[in-house]
Amino acid sequence: MHETTLLLIEVGALLLGMSLLGRLALATGISPIPFYLVLGLAFGNGGFVPLDASEEFFQTSAEIGVILLLVLLGLEYTAPELVGSLRSARSAGLVDAALNALPGAALALLLGWGPVAAVALAGVTWVSSSGVIAKLLRDLGRLSNRETPAILAVLVIEDLAMAFYLPVLSAIVVGVSLMQGAISVAVAVAVVTLILYVALRHGHIVSRLFPADEHEPLLLGVLGLTMLVAGLAAEVSVSAAVGAFLVGIALSGRVATNASQVLTPLRDLFAAIFFVFFGLTTDWSELISMLVPALALAGVTIVTKLITGAYAARRAGVGALGQWRAGFSLAPRGEFSIVIAGLAVSAGVAPQLAPLAAAYVLITIIAGTFLARMPDAPWFRAAVLRRRARATA
Amino acid sequence: MGIHIEKVDLPGIGIRHDLVTEGGRRISVVSHRDGERDLGIFDMDDPDACRDSIPLNDDEAAALADVLGASVMLSRLTSLSDETAGLYTEQIALPTDSPYLNRTLGATKARTRTHASIVAIVRDGAIIPSPTPAEPLRAGDVIVGVGTREGLDGVARLLSNGPG
Repeated sequence: MHETTLLLIEVGALLLGMSLLGRLALATGISPIPFYLVLGLAFGNGGFVPLDASEEFFQTSAEIGVILLLVLLGLEYTAPELVGSLRSARSAGLVDAALNALPGAALALLLGWGPVAAVALAGVTWVSSSGVIAKLLRDLGRLSNRETPAILAVLVIEDLAMAFYLPVLSAIVVGVSLMQGAISVAVAVAVVTLILYVALRHGHIVSRLFPADEHEPLLLGVLGLTMLVAGLAAEVSVSAAVGAFLVGIALSGRVATNASQVLTPLRDLFAAIFFVFFGLTTDWSELISMLVPALALAGVTIVTKLITGAYAARRAGVGALGQWRAGFSLAPRGEFSIVIAGLAVSAGVAPQLAPLAAAYVLITIIAGTFLARMPDAPWFRAAVLRRRARATA
Repeated sequence: MGIHIEKVDLPGIGIRHDLVTEGGRRISVVSHRDGERDLGIFDMDDPDACRDSIPLNDDEAAALADVLGASVMLSRLTSLSDETAGLYTEQIALPTDSPYLNRTLGATKARTRTHASIVAIVRDGAIIPSPTPAEPLRAGDVIVGVGTREGLDGVARLLSNGPG
């Protein structure tokens, strides 16, 4: 069979399979991300049917998927929202970073993977999935709740922190000498700070480059600029994903609204392929051997996220039930954890990090989906109210 | 009149406005970036959680706002009667068989005949303040009149039976 024909068959079959799994995800109320990961695991390395012809296609699409995930994340936030969240939830952000990054780092050191893997695994356990959580809040009708701004502020700070964390990580995974490493980290941080400054202060100038109401040139223009900046950022060893995120933040107003509208279907396609591809490159059997550490890590970091969320909600003056809701909502990890693991593994740092991260994301998303609903259960409400009554008595 | 509306940013989603009523109930409106709005009614036991969240599109939200706004204007008008002895305001629904249906307000000669004034018309949830004599009367209109007790009774009779 012709190479291209085979590619079409493989890609087509996989996309159809993803669509079926997507419907299953809708029916169960769980995010589709774990389903895509499992589908990827079933094929690919050590899976049932190896996909050879389309490997390159999936690899390129996965890279575009990461870039699109990040640019849309950036488009979601306006400059005042970023600055406002930084001001209002700074201490919650610090608690979040400390409580959730440390367990990951500790486990990597415990497994003897070395300090670089520790930094990577710290990132994997630190960042909640804004995509999964925002959807969860919407599905559960909690957008009006008083703890919701506190949850969103923590997510914004995490996303912003990623803009600095990712380039630092990509600089250190390259594995150069301490001096060179320090220089590339400094360069990366300086570049991100500069772009962020331009984006926050002069975003309207960048937005003026694009026609807000002409969909086709807008789509091509924003996609082009994003990929160009992402590529240039990767060239100076600031990760491509961060470049895309900064482009998203720089765009504002109608350009941002309409750009996110035209780019969302593309993001849905390529991001889904990214999750499948991560599964494809991960070995099923290794995932099983990583299941115990992943479960332990998930157990610990679900508790630390619970503390983080409760702390953030309490600072916002939210009562006991709302604190539980905020804490459990933050449990799911997702796109960033996979991006970080992918970055580290592709640079040759601790190959077991990929199956560990895959198992970890699977566990936290599925557990998080159920935990987030728990505070609405009558027995849970009754227990919390009883405790409060006892405390005041 | 110290109504306090709290505005909260929801990064990535939109803006939320909260209103706490005198009775301690909290009502919120989440305005999404794409123009959709959710009306949230808060729980009694758990004042942080919204018990029900009702999605409204642009038109539905505007219509609801009109209804709420109009009733505020009317109740303010009614409160006038407590302060001024002998002067009343009344809302009179235009009878469906009124002889003035689809004729102008001027044709009723209401002020000359009854010494009561028609100060507003409520139509489709919107309010028409100080209607001119040229304003036509439509089915479903509610007429807001100010005057003495007999004057207002006269307006009601006039609207249903004509000058007879």
